Amino acid sequence: MKALEVKNLSKKFGDLEVLKNVSFTLEEGEVLSIIGSSGGGKTTLLRCLNFLEKADEGEILVKGEDVYSAKAGEKPVITEEAQLRFGLVFQQFNLFPQYNVLDNLTLAVKLKEKNTPKEQIEEKAMELLKKVGLSEKAKNYPCQISGGQQQRVAIARALMLNPEILCFDEPTSALDPELTGEVLRVIRSLKSDNRTMIIVTHEMEFAKNVSDKVIFMADGVIEEMGEPNELFGSPKSPKLKAFLSRENFNQEI
Amino acid sequence: MNTDFLSVTLYLLEGFGATVKIFLITLLIAIPLGLLICFGSMSKFQPLRWLMRTLVWIIRGTPLMLQLIIVFYGPGLLGWTAFSVEMATYITFSVNYACYFSEIYRGGIENVPRGQYEACQVLGMSKKDTFFRVILMQVVRKIVAPMSNEIITLVKDTSLARIIGYYEIIFFGQKYIKLEGILWPLFYTGAFYLIFSGLLTVLLRKAEKKMSYYNV
Ligand SMILES: Nc1ncnc2c1ncn2[C@@H]1O[C@H](COP(=O)(O)OP(=O)(O)O)[C@@H](O)[C@H]1O
Ligand SMILES: [Mg+2]
Repeated sequence: MKALEVKNLSKKFGDLEVLKNVSFTLEEGEVLSIIGSSGGGKTTLLRCLNFLEKADEGEILVKGEDVYSAKAGEKPVITEEAQLRFGLVFQQFNLFPQYNVLDNLTLAVKLKEKNTPKEQIEEKAMELLKKVGLSEKAKNYPCQISGGQQQRVAIARALMLNPEILCFDEPTSALDPELTGEVLRVIRSLKSDNRTMIIVTHEMEFAKNVSDKVIFMADGVIEEMGEPNELFGSPKSPKLKAFLSRENFNQEI
Repeated sequence: MNTDFLSVTLYLLEGFGATVKIFLITLLIAIPLGLLICFGSMSKFQPLRWLMRTLVWIIRGTPLMLQLIIVFYGPGLLGWTAFSVEMATYITFSVNYACYFSEIYRGGIENVPRGQYEACQVLGMSKKDTFFRVILMQVVRKIVAPMSNEIITLVKDTSLARIIGYYEIIFFGQKYIKLEGILWPLFYTGAFYLIFSGLLTVLLRKAEKKMSYYNV
């Protein structure tokens, strides 16, 4: 069974068509990277998958269950627990500044699982912090740790709710170059845990290595989709060719 | 009337009690009422939003003294039962300050980055939890400084209630002019305001500091 099926997703902002009939599927444990120049609709796609935007048309199925469906001119139907099947890590981390790292992780779970003992939730949080290499920062506030560490906390926070599909929107774009490595390493470690993930990224080398599948988006359309060595090795669409040579050029200088 | 320093001090202190009463009742009502007006003025329901913004515009656009007079004398002119001096004072001050507070709250709320709401949503938090567990504290932190200003202003604004005959400290001070022909007790009232607002300033500073344990 497919972990995720996205069928004919479309989204407009006013007259601007940002997503046009976007469809793809994802197997359980697969990692999908989405690449493309800015303004192509990558963020909007992730936001639609996390219901921060409501797609105008299309369907989203998780493990065969319809969690979201929208028809033109009708109110979209979204199932109750749809939200928690997805997780999202933001470009700007969006940690809660007034809470320490541990509380950032536990807040939502404590509110959701009122009957679970606090200690148990905190134990789980500490395990995840260990996983992202930040056990000793549990009592620090977000403003006291580096951007790379903040993003690792944000990843751990998303994992607390154990989403079936974890999405990342350019998780390293807000970071200094020397801090991207630690975040990418954490994401890579999640792949070995068999996590289903969708990663929007500008790190081409990373996308090439970590993904099972790559989507190249341009102007709201999936221009090309395939395995990383096909897509990077022998791109077919002229837009992708142009994009890749631009990226290579940027990498070299 | 005794005009020695101690007697005057004790007598003025009584008047200052009335001043503090306006101050406390106004805060007690205006702080939550301001939040309601703020929500109203940000509501998606247009008539409510329009109504609240008009109210805020009128209250902020006219003098508090005039508002006191209208609330106190207005109902009688229309043949309704008038409010007592106390009631008219508390109503006018509360609504007036609630309107100012609502604008401060609105600024604070609109200042919280959208990403904070979005993070809450993707973590499956309810709207209520989002507001009370995440947004509110950030708003409070942003508004302590402007709220402190308003609160200090309120200490002094209480003297306006005299215009409709509320017996507050200035009123007490003026009694000495009328009955004893001495002016210094009225001047002396200034010391009470100074000490009170000084204490408040220290307290509010402390609160502000306490909330600055994190940077954004
Ligand atoms: N809330 C919005 N309102 C209007 N236009 C938007 C909004 N969000 C994104 N857009 C527009 O949609 C297009 C795609 O944006 P985005 O999904 O952020 O692309 P990407 O992440 O690939 O850079 C851009 O032209 C952008 O200006
Ligand atoms: Mg983007």
